[in-house]
Amino acid sequence: MPHQSPQALAAPPTPTRRWPFLCLVLLWGLGGLIAAVVAGKAWAEPGPDFERDIRPILAEHCAHCHGVDAASRAAGLRLDSREGALAGGDSGTPAIVPGRPDASQIIARITSSDPDMVMPPPTEKKPLATAQIGALRAWVAAGAAYADHWAFTPPRQQPLPGDDPAANPIDAFVSARLATEGLSLSPPADPATLCRRIHLDVVGLPPTREALAGFAATGADATVASLLASERYGEKWARHWLDLARYADTNGYEKDMPREMWAWRDWVIAALNRDLPYDRFVIEQIAGDLLPDATQDQIVATGFLRNSMLNEEGAIIAEEFRMVEMFDRMDCVGKAVLGVTAQCAQCHDHKFDPLSQDDYYGMFAFLNDTHEARSYVHTPDQIATRAEIRCRVAEAEAGVRADHPDWRGEIAAWERQVAASLIKWTPIVMDEMSSSGLLTHPAQLDDASILMIGHRDGEMLFEAEPALAGATGLQLEALPHGDLFLGGPGRDGIWGVAEMTVSVRRPGAAAWEPLTLVGPSADHSNPERLDVRPASADGKQPERRIPQGPVTALVDGDTDSVWESDRGPGIRHQASVAVVRFERPLDLPAGTRLKIALRMPAGGLPGQQSRMLGCCRFSLTGAPEPSAPPIDHGALLAIRTPAGKRTADDEAAIFSAWMKTVPDLAPRVEEIAAQWRRLTPGPTTVLHLARRAPAATRRTHLLDRGVWNKPLGEVVAHVPAALHPFPADAPPDRLGFARWLVDRRSPLAARVAVNRVWQAIFGTGLVETPDDFGTRAPVPLHRDLLDWLAVDFMDHGWSQKRLVAQILASRTYRQSSRATAALLARDPGNRLLARGPRFRVDAEVVRDIALTASGLVTHAAGGPGVHPPVPQNVLDYNFVRIDWPTATGPDRYRRSVYLFRRRSMPDPLLGTFDSPNGDISCARRVRSNTPLAALAGLNEPVFVEAARALALRILREGGSDDGHRVDHGFLLCTGRLPTDAERATLIAFLDTQRRRLAEGWLNPREVATGATDALPALPPGTSPQDAGAWTLAARVLLNLDETVTKN
Amino acid sequence: MAVPHPFHPPIAPPAAVLAARARARRWFFRDCGLGLAGIAAGSLLARDAGAANPLAPRTPHHPPRAKRVVYLFQAGAPSHLELFDHKPELTRRSGNLPPAELLAGYRAAFINPKSALLGPKFAFRRHGRAGTEVSDLLPHIGGIVDDICLVRSLHTDAVNHAPAQILMNTGSQQFGRPSLGAWTLYGLGSEADDLPGYVVLTSANGTSGGASNYGAGFLPTTYGGIPFRPGADPLLYLSNPRGIDRDAQRASLDTLDRLNSLALDAVGDPEIAARIQSYEMAFRLQASAPELLDLSRESPRTLARYGIADPAAHSYARNCLLARRMLERGVRFVQLFHEAWDTHGDLVNRMRNNARDVDQASAALVADLKERGLLDDTIVVWGGEFGRTPMMQGGTDGRDHHNRCFSVWLAGGGVRAGHVHGATDDFGFNIVADGVHVHDLNATLLHLLGFDHTRLTHRFQGRDFRLTDVHGSVVGGMLA
Repeated sequence: MPHQSPQALAAPPTPTRRWPFLCLVLLWGLGGLIAAVVAGKAWAEPGPDFERDIRPILAEHCAHCHGVDAASRAAGLRLDSREGALAGGDSGTPAIVPGRPDASQIIARITSSDPDMVMPPPTEKKPLATAQIGALRAWVAAGAAYADHWAFTPPRQQPLPGDDPAANPIDAFVSARLATEGLSLSPPADPATLCRRIHLDVVGLPPTREALAGFAATGADATVASLLASERYGEKWARHWLDLARYADTNGYEKDMPREMWAWRDWVIAALNRDLPYDRFVIEQIAGDLLPDATQDQIVATGFLRNSMLNEEGAIIAEEFRMVEMFDRMDCVGKAVLGVTAQCAQCHDHKFDPLSQDDYYGMFAFLNDTHEARSYVHTPDQIATRAEIRCRVAEAEAGVRADHPDWRGEIAAWERQVAASLIKWTPIVMDEMSSSGLLTHPAQLDDASILMIGHRDGEMLFEAEPALAGATGLQLEALPHGDLFLGGPGRDGIWGVAEMTVSVRRPGAAAWEPLTLVGPSADHSNPERLDVRPASADGKQPERRIPQGPVTALVDGDTDSVWESDRGPGIRHQASVAVVRFERPLDLPAGTRLKIALRMPAGGLPGQQSRMLGCCRFSLTGAPEPSAPPIDHGALLAIRTPAGKRTADDEAAIFSAWMKTVPDLAPRVEEIAAQWRRLTPGPTTVLHLARRAPAATRRTHLLDRGVWNKPLGEVVAHVPAALHPFPADAPPDRLGFARWLVDRRSPLAARVAVNRVWQAIFGTGLVETPDDFGTRAPVPLHRDLLDWLAVDFMDHGWSQKRLVAQILASRTYRQSSRATAALLARDPGNRLLARGPRFRVDAEVVRDIALTASGLVTHAAGGPGVHPPVPQNVLDYNFVRIDWPTATGPDRYRRSVYLFRRRSMPDPLLGTFDSPNGDISCARRVRSNTPLAALAGLNEPVFVEAARALALRILREGGSDDGHRVDHGFLLCTGRLPTDAERATLIAFLDTQRRRLAEGWLNPREVATGATDALPALPPGTSPQDAGAWTLAARVLLNLDETVTKN
Repeated sequence: MAVPHPFHPPIAPPAAVLAARARARRWFFRDCGLGLAGIAAGSLLARDAGAANPLAPRTPHHPPRAKRVVYLFQAGAPSHLELFDHKPELTRRSGNLPPAELLAGYRAAFINPKSALLGPKFAFRRHGRAGTEVSDLLPHIGGIVDDICLVRSLHTDAVNHAPAQILMNTGSQQFGRPSLGAWTLYGLGSEADDLPGYVVLTSANGTSGGASNYGAGFLPTTYGGIPFRPGADPLLYLSNPRGIDRDAQRASLDTLDRLNSLALDAVGDPEIAARIQSYEMAFRLQASAPELLDLSRESPRTLARYGIADPAAHSYARNCLLARRMLERGVRFVQLFHEAWDTHGDLVNRMRNNARDVDQASAALVADLKERGLLDDTIVVWGGEFGRTPMMQGGTDGRDHHNRCFSVWLAGGGVRAGHVHGATDDFGFNIVADGVHVHDLNATLLHLLGFDHTRLTHRFQGRDFRLTDVHGSVVGGMLA
């Protein structure tokens, strides 16, 4: 184990091992405790272990220039493979001659005193310690055996150590390991401690008094089982996954607008509660939409990757930040599922791990061909209604086919007739696109359609230099696109266009000449509706009635009237078209520039409803008197599509449009329309993934230095060669990739999952870096245990609940966490597991404990994020003014997993206790212990409310004297009764404070309620002084180290 | 409120509590095997070691030129063309299109790059011994020009605010990295007993980069910047709940100490000792923070010098004076954020107003630190996240984002005072001499603080991360 501290400050790196005689060294590392335990063997025999002793040296000191990355490889020499080391580099001299250290260049170079010869070069500032040189020499002498990195070879179960076949396997491995250290497991924790520990681990809540009292009778195993069945279990365990998934309720970046993602959060909670097997848990989140007959739930699951931050800052290029999101998704999959640091390979071959840049973009390609979709999430009732509507529509359509047995022939004839009447439109390829606010950069796609995402802007401007001579009309198509809400064409649902203006600038001229547009027509317009705009307060602006709907609004010179083409729920998301004529055919010379301005009600700030169009296309025609036929534009587009290339949707669009032209089918048409009108919008929406149409397949390129707009060669989707193979029969798409990630043959998936559960329970994983199982991750002390559990996990259906129960059943888990001075000195970070886990609980649990102990907690599952109280001076300091509807009433005391999370304004309470804000995937929280956390525990409003409520609860339930009340308060907060000394301490405090209250130093009402004139809801027989004194005491109890700690 | 009483009896901590505190300290420094000496010697072994104080002062790689930093972050991107980089040629060509060769390969954030040039809106004049040109908008900064190193050749990679701000502050456009202040605290520890080591002060609007501008990233939370906010509770939850006075607080904490100490004895977890310390520090903060923010003992001359009319009113100027008071109390890194400079339009008015808000106080801070002997080992940095285009935007009264060059200035320990570093072309569009990338600036700042920026690293996900990623060179020309 090399020096784990990369930062050598004043002193040069200190040798951290004294080879060959050091028996046991425990090192503190930057990320916490990394233990390097070396059994007391002389190195002569059998030689250092490559995995444990040598690879870390090579990875740390050599791999940068002699590793995987071909671009940075020096002298053509690889030392990360035996072949490379034996072959030598460009010089042809072997770096290693097995068994002969003195003949091996590697030894000569690392021991050279010549600064030009010595390796690593002094400029790298990574000199080898004497002990490391000794290890390398011993390893070469022993034959220089390489081994595949442990974590990249599939886990295997070693025979259980010890001779007790009934032993819990966890205890068998841990006890055996401890025995080699001359240690053994600590005695069991006392029942009260264990009961509370189990509750905190399974449901993240402290036990009730009844649970504590009944624990002895119920027993630990049955307690675990019943808690695993509780809905509270998912609420606790989801939080660990939400960290990894960088879940938040806003988009991030400067405006940090709210987003609806809670349906995904609720999916995670529900999935954990029904113990969805971990492999399916991953597959559904990465590719649930691609599963056969995907359910709404499975589509919601794909919100996982959509939790990336979304930049909507003015003037961004949307594709740049979509790529940033893609990099973030790769980072997330790497940390959460693979346990590999993928991010390095975005820009270059990985320095330490066998992950090339090509491998990175190979995996990237699986995820890249995806729409950034957003859809409604419907209630079960709505889903049933939708199914019924589809059924009724299908019946009506079947009726159509029955009424017109030759419907195919009729449609074909109708199609021919329509096709014959079609006029030729030439799409305009723009050379400049922007918005009048200059904040939106639209993108024109291959089919000349223009995608307008990024910032929302009310006036879009398009310029081109098309051939204009003889042009008679301009067509505006509103088109669906998978990156828009429910597929568009609206950016956010219903869309409208207020005005379209066209102007030209002749060659050499400076001024733009407006063109007069006449004769607007559309395939569909809403009937006219008058929006009433009240008169202005000063009376200067009279009341106005503004027409909404008819296509005439497009060119009526009124920028408030709006053309709307909204076919209503369910069928809203289809193409529409409007055509306008030039007053007379254009007679303009070549080189004339054309500018189109499109005004839309864009919204874009909190509280504003956006009706912006998300995707459109402009075309010109020279046909006389052009107009839009009254046929659904989607059908026209389908008719223009060659028969062999039509999709089922195309056929459906044609069928539906044809039907409307047949007079005797009018009742059927009306029946279908009536059915669609029954649809109601979902109560929320979710960001999710959706497959792109084959025609719009997005190709992936290796990016030069990882820069989004510097593509090099195209990369076909593939997985890294160093990991398990991609099954030959699997689809080469996102679903195939998802299945590969959690393939039974994966060396990583189960280990990473098991390690994460272990980390949640013990505070530190068996592998301390849960997001990095690469070559820099040392072989874990309890590797055999990790591997045994990983295989067992897969053998038992990847059940997380079973795994939790298995760990919680072990003596290792149930030990006392008391740390003797000797044990503390020997193993301060408890890596050997000779004592039980003890650490301050996660931020959410800190808050949930206070809410539960005080009795304030509201248990209700799911729903939109609840806005906790946030100090006004925090709310005031945001880039934009934000709505913050602070929860009152029971919602205020919902569990912390349901709190609204604003990325740029980390929750002031939870953030203080190290809850991440969701900017990036977080596999491991730091656990700080700061004065700011102390202030939060003492003074944060919910904590203060909890102290007041706890005081009243103690007075209500705790008996009539302070001694019994202290007992009750202790029980509620720590799960145990106080010692005599503790009881006496609190009683002394109460006595002093009662005296101060009585003497008027403190106002009991104010202490107990926060207001001088309010009376607390006093239990019978108690006084305001009792409430005041007990509020102070409750505040102490809630802040005890033991209260916020899992003991 | 408590009834006022002339002889308010203070409650002395009982002997048991004093003993418990002493025991906690012992745990802290001896029983954990982590004595102060070991920490001060730069032993990284202590860094995350359970109860060890992660903020204990540490010695850097080489003798530092400065021990403290005040970073006056001008968010929104001030126009270098109106402030520090005088371009008479731009005046002559105002209204004309820029030469085509200037725009080859250029990406503007907002405007059509083929927009007309816009001459500087304010006159410049020469200041100081070197005759450095500074805009008439900044007469006070002009007055300290011999004390500063003006860099006219800074450049950055990002053209949008949020990515550019976090690039300036964290060395990366990707979120999640530690800020310069966090790295500084990580490297040097804190010398403030009763205040956070890294304090953030804000004026004008919220920043685009949000809390990530001063976050700890993947470093322990302890190293992140702590905002002091306007209003009654400058630190989050600093004030006791209504009705609880300081004596009740003291008695509560004594009781808490006593109970936690009993637990420490029973369980032996050093983390308990650390928690006892945290609560003690919290109690001290409750006194030290209001004292810090109370400007009533500053002389009228000092207030006038900073341009503070109302010492209680929240302003950039007040923040500058607070910064000095924090430095005096051992705060390692103070960062002011003034988000006000995004002048796509209304350039003249907004520049004038912003200059009025920041010029005098920024200069006063440098002069005040100098008078008090603090400037010798303090670095003052003044600058934003990018510059503005020489082309106009929104009529003739606005400028777009520009990342190819912009101006910042530094003052203080180890900084080459009275020097102008780098130069731009006649349009203030491209750098023509001595370009300084954001990474170079950060490498230089770390150098002044005693660090080799390539060695101030933290291992995260198997990689040794650093503020300057794999880039950055110390800019010798900026050093005294």
